[in-house]
Amino acid sequence: MNPELGHFALALAVCLAAAQGIFGLMGAQARREPLMAATPALAVGQLIALGTAFFTLIWCNVVSDFSVLNVVQNSQAAKPLLYKITGTWGNHEGSILLWCFILALCGAAVAAFGQDLPSSLRARVIGVLGATSAGFLLFALTESNPFLRVWPPPPDGQGMNPLLEDPGLALHPPILYAGYVGFAIPFAFGVAALIEGRIDALWGRWVRPWALGAWCFLTGGIALGSWWAYYELGWGGFWFWDPVENASLLPWLTGTALVHSAIVVEKREALKVWTVLLAIATFSLSLSGTFLVRSGILNSVHAFANDPARGIFILALLGLVIGSALVLFALRAPALAPGGLFSPISREGALVFNNIMLCAIAAVVFTGTTYPMFVNLLTGEQISVGKPFFDATVLPLTIPLFAAMSVGPMLPWKRAALGPVLQRLWWAALAALCVGFLVGFGVRDGLVGLAFGGAVWLALGAFADIVERVRLFRLPLRESLARAAGLPRAAWGATVAHLGMGITVAGIAGMALATHVIVALHPGEGVDFAGYHWQLERLYDAPGPNYTARVAEIAVEKDGRRVALLTPSRRSYPVQRNTVTDTAIRTNLFRDLYAAVGEEQNGKVVLRLHRNPLVPWIWLGALVMAAGGALSLSDRRLRVGAPLKAAAMAKA
Amino acid sequence: MAIKRGVPAILKRKHRRLILLLACGLGLGSATALVLSAFRQNLVFFVLPSDLAAQHPSPERTLRLGGLVETGSVHRSTKGKEVDVRFRITDGHTAVPVTFNGVLPDLFREGQGVVALGTLGADGTFHASEVLAKHDETYMPKDVAEALKRKGLWNPAKGPPPPASTWNTLTVPVTTPAAAAPAASAGGRQTGY
Repeated sequence: MNPELGHFALALAVCLAAAQGIFGLMGAQARREPLMAATPALAVGQLIALGTAFFTLIWCNVVSDFSVLNVVQNSQAAKPLLYKITGTWGNHEGSILLWCFILALCGAAVAAFGQDLPSSLRARVIGVLGATSAGFLLFALTESNPFLRVWPPPPDGQGMNPLLEDPGLALHPPILYAGYVGFAIPFAFGVAALIEGRIDALWGRWVRPWALGAWCFLTGGIALGSWWAYYELGWGGFWFWDPVENASLLPWLTGTALVHSAIVVEKREALKVWTVLLAIATFSLSLSGTFLVRSGILNSVHAFANDPARGIFILALLGLVIGSALVLFALRAPALAPGGLFSPISREGALVFNNIMLCAIAAVVFTGTTYPMFVNLLTGEQISVGKPFFDATVLPLTIPLFAAMSVGPMLPWKRAALGPVLQRLWWAALAALCVGFLVGFGVRDGLVGLAFGGAVWLALGAFADIVERVRLFRLPLRESLARAAGLPRAAWGATVAHLGMGITVAGIAGMALATHVIVALHPGEGVDFAGYHWQLERLYDAPGPNYTARVAEIAVEKDGRRVALLTPSRRSYPVQRNTVTDTAIRTNLFRDLYAAVGEEQNGKVVLRLHRNPLVPWIWLGALVMAAGGALSLSDRRLRVGAPLKAAAMAKA
Repeated sequence: MAIKRGVPAILKRKHRRLILLLACGLGLGSATALVLSAFRQNLVFFVLPSDLAAQHPSPERTLRLGGLVETGSVHRSTKGKEVDVRFRITDGHTAVPVTFNGVLPDLFREGQGVVALGTLGADGTFHASEVLAKHDETYMPKDVAEALKRKGLWNPAKGPPPPASTWNTLTVPVTTPAAAAPAASAGGRQTGY
């Protein structure tokens, strides 16, 4: 496979995407059926072209074609095959190509699954996706082209950042990007609806599955990233409130709000304007998250100056995409028909509350992430906000959100009363209070007690809804089971997702009880910590494919019985002149024993030992949340045939 | 009758809109209040060693101290099982002694950029709770880089910066091809092919 083939395919994709944008938007505006009918084919063509480009780049990495600059800078001949493949998207140019590839995949998905959409709406959605894609492909082609050649080719490459030589990298970026980019579809639907000037329940029904799918991927991607940071960076934490992490959290927060407000549009035709705004905001945050972070603008202002062309191109592109969507919103939103009425205490009211709280949290995180950058730009002063800031602002806002999370799903639509619902939740509240007080007094930390109580409240509240619906213990068990089987999958999905949130909260609360110790030990020495005896058995060198490792062997014993043998190591990569810690973790799902090895001094080695209770639950909960979303996605009502039937009925 | 029934409905719509607006205002207001109070307590300022000498911040204030690890200043003492690291962070003008009980990051090197999070003790020693080494090998604080460039002590195009320990005594070098050559090969990651 020739790099020039990839280069050509990339250029072809730019042309196809531009045509897709122009045909889709202009064709729908001029009501020219042939132009509109061409858009799905163009979307598929763009996907094929970009697929060719992407696989050519993977091929260049696999065969170590050192005449390609991108491969020289990020690969080396001795790298294991898996990392040669995953290294394709482990650098700026490759990751942007992957991003564009997923965007093309979204366009093709709308082309393939959107056959029941009205032809003008479909053409516009595909057109918006095409126009966006064209802009970023142009960026990839002109400013971050991965197919540039070098002459003469060097004998070996410079190697990849060893931190990225990890199986986590194989999965994390593609899944995270699928989440980021997936929100382009609700965005395109929102923009298309603004152009059409019409939003109805059917629109909500079309948008929700796409938003939900993107949300599942984003949830999984963030969880994978957090897990990777936990085991690879060796600091023992799972979330550092780093700008890169916040950039992924922001679209997750607004995306979660979107998934909920789309329900109101679908069921009650209310909150339409707001939902469109959320769709635009979520994709805008995804865009700025990926690109501001990747280009280094957010982290430091001078990274901008290192490559002014890249930075300015990206800023202009972001301004164009986000700005034109917002201007369109400002012009067209007042013309949209207002939605149905509902009382503040109702299912809609609870979903509005969910949206307000999620957006408030997003606003707080956004302020904390961007404020240092603005202060630096305006005054030149360098400040930062860290964990204390986010703990002080985000935690208080989650309390009312979590409190409402169990009540909301049990409220009827339109008009409701709190009393009866709270009556049905008394056992969950009682259990949460008991657990909260017991844990709070047990560990003498009220906050941890509150968090555990909240976790129990969320988990039981999620089940309470199902218990009510199947009338468990009030009807014979068999009848209850029959009712449970008959419940729509969307209801089960919501329950599972809320339960996942409870599991994650429990994990985070458990992590607040984590303890660690830093010790210097001679081989043969041991230390007692957290109820275990940690014995440093020996230190030895072990060679790897492109590194050498210094391994510490630690036997962990409890009451004289061996629990685990941990082998953390430090890997030295000679080509990159870099050292990376490789942690050792032994989990039994209720606690992690975690060890990292530091430097050696006078025959002693510095060890960092952690006992982290419940920490796997953080990621387990996120996976359960994503599974809940997927379960809801598999609901019959959301499948392709249903809107068609509904449309036919509406016509009749 | 129709009018009578209609009037409360309109009032109700306004009433409900008001409640919605109030709820939004409450959400935004509490978020703003939280942010402002958190900013007052939790803003962490980035300082250079010379700023510390000039300002003498209070011991309660958490700061981020940035600069380069002075060459030859790192001392690790492992008395018993305790771990204690001492080093000095310099910006070319002033050096501040730092103590840290913990595992230094992988990228921690003498003469390279580092950021320490912690508080300044009464004795002028900085007690770091966290030490971050920059992932970029060529990182140095912006002010330091500017100062070095202005004085003509370092040209980024010619290779990596001179070691931090020599900054106070550096003289402007006479650029000869022989002097530039080793610097260029040492900065191999940056030079193109």
